[in-house]
Amino acid sequence: MDVFWLQLFNGISVSSILLLIALGLAVTFGQMNVINMAHGELIMVGAYATYMTQKLFQSYLPASWFSQYFLLSIAASFAAAFLIGLLLEKTLIRFLYGRPLDSLLATWGVGLVLQQLARSIFGAPNVGVKSPSWLEGGLSVTQGLVLPYKRLFILALVAVCLLAMFLYIYRTTAGRRMRAVMQNRDMAACLGISTRRVDSLTFAIGSGLAGIAGCALTLIGPIGPTIGTYYIVDAFMVVVLGGVGKLVGTVFGALGIGMTNTLFEYWTTASLGKVLVFLCIVAFLQWKPKGFVAMRTRSLD
Amino acid sequence: MRQTGTKIKKRHMGKGLLAAVSLALVLGGCGQNEPAAGSASPAASPAAGASSGESGDGIKVGILHSLSGTMAISEVSVKDAEMMAIDEINAKGGVLGKKLIPVVEDGASDWPTFAEKARKLLSEDKVATVFGGWTSASRKAMLPVFEELNGLLWYPVQYEGLESSPNIFYTGATTNQQIVPAVSWLLENRGKKMYLLGSDYVFPRTANKIIKAQLAAEGGELAGEEYTPLGHTDYTTIISKIKAAKPDIVFNTLNGDSNVAFFKQLKDAGISAADLTTLSVSVAEEEIRGIGADVLEGHLAAWNYYQTTDTPENKTFVEAYKAKYGADRVTADPIEAGYDAVYLWAAAVEKAGSTDVAAVKEAAKELEWDAPEGKVKIDGETQHLYKTVRIGEVQADGQFKEVWSSGEPVKPDPYLKTYAWASGLSSGS
Repeated sequence: MDVFWLQLFNGISVSSILLLIALGLAVTFGQMNVINMAHGELIMVGAYATYMTQKLFQSYLPASWFSQYFLLSIAASFAAAFLIGLLLEKTLIRFLYGRPLDSLLATWGVGLVLQQLARSIFGAPNVGVKSPSWLEGGLSVTQGLVLPYKRLFILALVAVCLLAMFLYIYRTTAGRRMRAVMQNRDMAACLGISTRRVDSLTFAIGSGLAGIAGCALTLIGPIGPTIGTYYIVDAFMVVVLGGVGKLVGTVFGALGIGMTNTLFEYWTTASLGKVLVFLCIVAFLQWKPKGFVAMRTRSLD
Repeated sequence: MRQTGTKIKKRHMGKGLLAAVSLALVLGGCGQNEPAAGSASPAASPAAGASSGESGDGIKVGILHSLSGTMAISEVSVKDAEMMAIDEINAKGGVLGKKLIPVVEDGASDWPTFAEKARKLLSEDKVATVFGGWTSASRKAMLPVFEELNGLLWYPVQYEGLESSPNIFYTGATTNQQIVPAVSWLLENRGKKMYLLGSDYVFPRTANKIIKAQLAAEGGELAGEEYTPLGHTDYTTIISKIKAAKPDIVFNTLNGDSNVAFFKQLKDAGISAADLTTLSVSVAEEEIRGIGADVLEGHLAAWNYYQTTDTPENKTFVEAYKAKYGADRVTADPIEAGYDAVYLWAAAVEKAGSTDVAAVKEAAKELEWDAPEGKVKIDGETQHLYKTVRIGEVQADGQFKEVWSSGEPVKPDPYLKTYAWASGLSSGS
């Protein structure tokens, strides 16, 4: 029975990680229709920002403060990815709106550039990030059922990010403007919204969310120049499966992929499990081409 | 409405795309060339007069590793060690009185690229030999090129055996110098129930085929066998399966970044080295830095060389490597094997008195050298090295403590001919 609960928890945990990496993409791809292949590299930026924050704490602050570095690094990785996203939008993406294939190629190139840049700055081998001591260990429910604190922390982080995005999009003026621009750009412009500024901000926020994902991933995975490539496909799958344009769809997409993947992997093997998940996604998209939650608006026609 | 929008933008589009592509090209180009050029310059400077093409007073040697892409994580350091060996040899006057001129190419973690660059090095640059490769896939891609053009390749990484090309020298361990003795040691010291975990490609699958035959012959028990795609990052389910199977030992042939995810998540699941023995064959000092010594402490690995290996040659090697590339860098088995390869080739050329491939191969037979790992000898028949086997335990400082060693160099046996239980394995290849 323990195995069942553990696998259930693992499924939810995998889903939460998928959701975190896809959340930024749900904004840049889902809302803005930019096929951002550099999304993975923005995750990498977040991971390296965490590494840098850790380095700074080790070098300049007393050792007793070290375990607190992780909270700051969440902010640092958001900021770093936000700024790079902003720069990217101002110099490149804004010339490519409405041209998905061009933006795909250009952002893929940007991804390669960022990878090589990381390799030049930090070296080709992986770097290590020491997890804060308060995230070591786990919550013992029963003898065989231990829920690692890191996984619980990531679950909480995802919930916070999701809530913050929800509040931003549906409860603030900036969010309302964003929705207006994404739904009908010309009308929004006529009403006096600076669409260019909204575009920049939206893209930067999506990038910043990728940064937070990178920060969280340092807890459980490798930190190197190519980590973005491991997550980019999953991120796109989540967004496409969930339905482009709706955040709630992304949540369902992540849950769907995370749970089925864990289930299949337990029944079969990791490789075969992945294949089965892909097959399920293909079949599902045949049945519902617009994903779980279809956006009903004329602008997407 | 949308029409006008796109029309307005159209004017900018040409400019934007042009800017994007040129930016990507320029930056990408810089990034790609940077590491190769940066490391080539110190070596090229003593032989500044002999630039490419001018081979009258220099000998060109090729270096072919992945300097970009997913394998750059491992291969850049091997390239660094090979460049260092070339520099050292040049500082002592070169080979046959000529300086070595390295021609560095990027295999880009892409196997067809390895074949293509190998062909370029051999037929255009006319290099005397090539040092390169890491994954078995890259070696298998280069092998036909070297055999066709009768080139010479020095391959520096432990691998799955069952191969011996007349145009390749293997300076890393074959299975009977790493995996087979490690399995025997584990069965004697740590228990009988073994769980096999590996990345899904040729090396782990071949290695595990060998291990399964050995387990059957030496009284071990197979608790489970699992493969994950390269770059797999979530091991929670695998760890659940391992928990359910209750093995004494996990024999880990995961490669690359997956190791980071596996060991971090194993620790999170509350399983330490005291609860479960793991032995890895692709985790060395370099990887420990990326995983974290606190995560790996107490886990085992099998190699032929550790940074802590106690020989006078290793002391100088580690000092020179750190002085050249930074005090925070570490040496590891494949790095040392790459360094050995350059010296062994240079010694063979000196002995042969020429860089001719046939002459060098003849001279290399039974050639001995005091490597950082201790004495190594080229086995003339298989072109592999006699190497000492060592099992090490990760310490809190990220270095290995040797817990067992074969004591003397072991004769390479890539086809495992001397093991009765392995008779069914090599026939397949």
